[in-house]
Amino acid sequence: MADFEVPVLREYPIIPKLKEGTMAHSSPYVAKAVMQEPLGFPGELLDNWKEVAIEKMGELCGKYRSLQVYLDSCVKCGACTDKCHYYLGTTDPKNMPVARQDLLRKVYRRYFTFAGKYFPKLVGAADLTEEVLDDWYSYFHQCSQCRRCSVFCPYGIDTAEISMAAREIMDAVGKGQKYCNEIIGKVFKIGNNLGLPEPALRDTLEGIEEDVEDDTGVKVRYPLDEKGAEVLLVTPSADFFAEPHVDGLIGYGKVFHEAGISWTLSSKASEAANFGMFIGSYENMRRVSMRIREAALELGVKRIVFGECGHAWRVAYSFLNTLAGPFDFLDPRYPVPQHICELTNGLIKEGKLKFDKSLNDDMKLTFHDSCNVARASRMGDKPGGQFVIPREIIKACCNHFYDMPADTIHESTYCCGGGGGLLTDDLMELRVKGAMPRMQALKTVVEEHGVTNLVAICAICKSQFAKTLPYYGFDMNSIVSLHQLVSNAIILSDAPKDDDENDDDGDDA
Amino acid sequence: MSLVTGLYVVLFYAATVLLVVGLAFRIKKYASTPAPLKIPTTPAPTTQSGVVLRLFREVVFFESLFKSNKWIWLFGYLFHFGMLLVLLRHLRYFTDPVWTWVALMQPFGKYASFAMLAGLLGLWARRFLVDRVRYISAPSDHLMLALLVGIAITGMGMTFVAHTDIVMVKGFFLGLMRFSPQPLPTDPLLLAHLGMVVALMIVFPISKLLHAPGVFFSPSRNQVDNPREKRHLAPWAARLESGEQR
Repeated sequence: MADFEVPVLREYPIIPKLKEGTMAHSSPYVAKAVMQEPLGFPGELLDNWKEVAIEKMGELCGKYRSLQVYLDSCVKCGACTDKCHYYLGTTDPKNMPVARQDLLRKVYRRYFTFAGKYFPKLVGAADLTEEVLDDWYSYFHQCSQCRRCSVFCPYGIDTAEISMAAREIMDAVGKGQKYCNEIIGKVFKIGNNLGLPEPALRDTLEGIEEDVEDDTGVKVRYPLDEKGAEVLLVTPSADFFAEPHVDGLIGYGKVFHEAGISWTLSSKASEAANFGMFIGSYENMRRVSMRIREAALELGVKRIVFGECGHAWRVAYSFLNTLAGPFDFLDPRYPVPQHICELTNGLIKEGKLKFDKSLNDDMKLTFHDSCNVARASRMGDKPGGQFVIPREIIKACCNHFYDMPADTIHESTYCCGGGGGLLTDDLMELRVKGAMPRMQALKTVVEEHGVTNLVAICAICKSQFAKTLPYYGFDMNSIVSLHQLVSNAIILSDAPKDDDENDDDGDDA
Repeated sequence: MSLVTGLYVVLFYAATVLLVVGLAFRIKKYASTPAPLKIPTTPAPTTQSGVVLRLFREVVFFESLFKSNKWIWLFGYLFHFGMLLVLLRHLRYFTDPVWTWVALMQPFGKYASFAMLAGLLGLWARRFLVDRVRYISAPSDHLMLALLVGIAITGMGMTFVAHTDIVMVKGFFLGLMRFSPQPLPTDPLLLAHLGMVVALMIVFPISKLLHAPGVFFSPSRNQVDNPREKRHLAPWAARLESGEQR
C-alpha cells in the first residue's frame, strides 16, 4: 500500500527513541515562477539569496514580537521534545519542536547575537548555507503549525510562528512551496482553493437542492450571491462536493432553513480557507480576507458565519477583525464572525431545532478537536467553548458519543497530520506518519467503546483522515462532518408526514 | 587596596552595568516590537486580569511545564525556587541594618541551596541521559549548568564547610554600593564564587537566560482573548492599510 513503513499502533503510546535523518528526504514540490509572482515573491531562487534571507529575518524580528522573543527565550529544557505528532510518527529528531526552531535559531544567533557572532560553536550558531536552506525547506514543511508544542512550553514558544517566519523568508528568496502558493493564486484569480468558477458553483448548489428535496421532500435552499440575505456563509470549497464535507454543507442549509434565517454563499468569497496564514504572509492573508469584507458589503448581509474549517476559523476568529475590520456595518448583536457551531448550538438552546437522535444510531462517535480551533480560537463567550459547543451539538443529535483519551483532546489534541499547508500528495509519507498519534487515540476508543466514526469540523482534517485512516486499518468513510450528524437527525417541521408518498425512501442511511 | 580587591571592584561594577544596560535594551526591544496578530494559546483568559493570573501561574507554578513533563518541572522548580530563597538570603550582605524578614529566613535560605543544587544536577543529568535532550544540547547549555553548579557548590562550601570572613565580605559589598571600595577577603572559595557570579551577570543579557524577561513578553501567554470584541492593529499594519486606501 505504501513505499514507506507505516507506524505500528501499539497497546499504549510510547515516546520513541530518535533516529536521525529518517525524514530528511521529505520535501514538497517547489513553486514555479507563475505561482510565485502573483503573490509578490521572486520566481526562482535569487542569486543573492543569502543576503536577502538574512535581511528578511531581521525585518521579521522587528515586525513580530513573537519571533523575536521566541528566538531568544528557549532554554532547551526538552519539555516540547515529545509533543509533536511528526516526531512521534517519524522519530526524526529535527521534528522535535525545539530542534525545528533551532534550524532557524542557529542562523539567527550567527547573524544577530553577540554570542553567535563571536562564539558560534559554543552556542550552536551556524552560517546560512545551501544545506541549511534545504533543511529549512524540508523541515519547515514538516510542521503543521498546530501549536501543540506551545501549550507545553514554559514560555509559550509557538513553533508555528517560527515556521511561518521561515516560510516567509523562503518565499522572499524565491523558494516557495507549490501547494500553498498555487492555491493562494487560485483564490485571487477564481475565488476559491479548488478553482471552482461561479457557474460550476451555481450548478453544484442546484444539484444539492435537488438531492435534499428528493431525500426529505423539503425545498431547502442553497443560495448563491443573494443580495439582502441576513447571513453570509463562508465555507471551505471542499464543502461544495467532496465527501464527507458536502454532507456538512447540507446540514448548514437545513439549520438555516429550519430556523428561518435567510442566508447566502458568495461566489467572490467562495472559500473560507486562507493559506496566507500557512506561509506567514500578512499581506497575502489580508488580501484573501478582504474578499470576505467586500462580499459582505456587496451582498448587504447583517452577519458573517463560517463553515467547518479549522485554520479558516483561526483566521476568522482571531485575525479577521484585524485584517479586514472594522465590521461596524454588520448587526452588532452578533459576534463577527460567528462559527456555524455557535449558530447551531444557539438555536438548539433556544429550542428552535428538534432532532430524532435515533437516526444516528448506526454510528458510535468520537470527536477530533481540530488544532486551530482548539488552540488558536474560541467559540461562545467562555474560554474552552470551542471544546464544549461541538460536543453539545453532537450529544443533541446522537445517542452514542465517547471522547478519546484526555491527553489527546481539547488543548492537547493531536493534529490530523495534514494541517498547515501539508495536505498534498507529495508529502503523503509525512501525512501518514503524522497521523499516527491520532490513530493511536482512535484505536483506544474503537477497542473500548466500539466507536465507528470520527467527527471533525475542519476540511483539512476530513480530507486528511479520508486518505490516512485506511493505512491504519480503519474505513476511509468513518470520518464524518459534524453538521452531517445534524443533517441526519434534524426534524424539518415542513417535511411531509410519513404517510405521504415519500414513505419508501426515508431510511436509506 | 590590594590587586585582588581592585580587580573584583572593577569586575562587579562592569558586570552590573552590562547586566542592567543589556537587560534594559533587550526589554525595550521586546516592548517596542509590535505583535501584529492575536495569537494567545487558547483557551486563554478573556480579560486583562485573567492574563495577569495566567502569567502569575506560569511564573510562580510553572503551569505549562507541569502539564508537559513532571521531571523537568520538579528539577526546574527545585532549582528556581531554591535559588530564589538563596538570593533573598543574600540580601543580608547588601543591607545595613539587615531587614527583619531577611534575618528570619536565613536558615531557609541556607538549606534551600541543597534544593537548588539537586535541581541543577537533575536538569544536567537529563542532558546526558535523555536522548532527545542530549540531541538539543549545545556546549553553552552544559556550560551554563556548570556555572550555576559551581556557584552553588562554592557558596555551600563557605556556608557549611570553610567559612570566609563574612563581615569583611559585607563590608566589600556595602562599600561597592557606597562607591567607597573596601577590601575583600582572598579565600579561593570566595573568589571563585564571586568570579562565577560576575560571569553569570555578564552572560545574562546575551544568552538563553533571557527567558526570564521573555516569558512576560510571550504573545501566546500575555494576550487577552478578545479579537472579535476589540480590533487589534499594529502600527505597521495600520500603515500598510492606509497606504492601500490612498
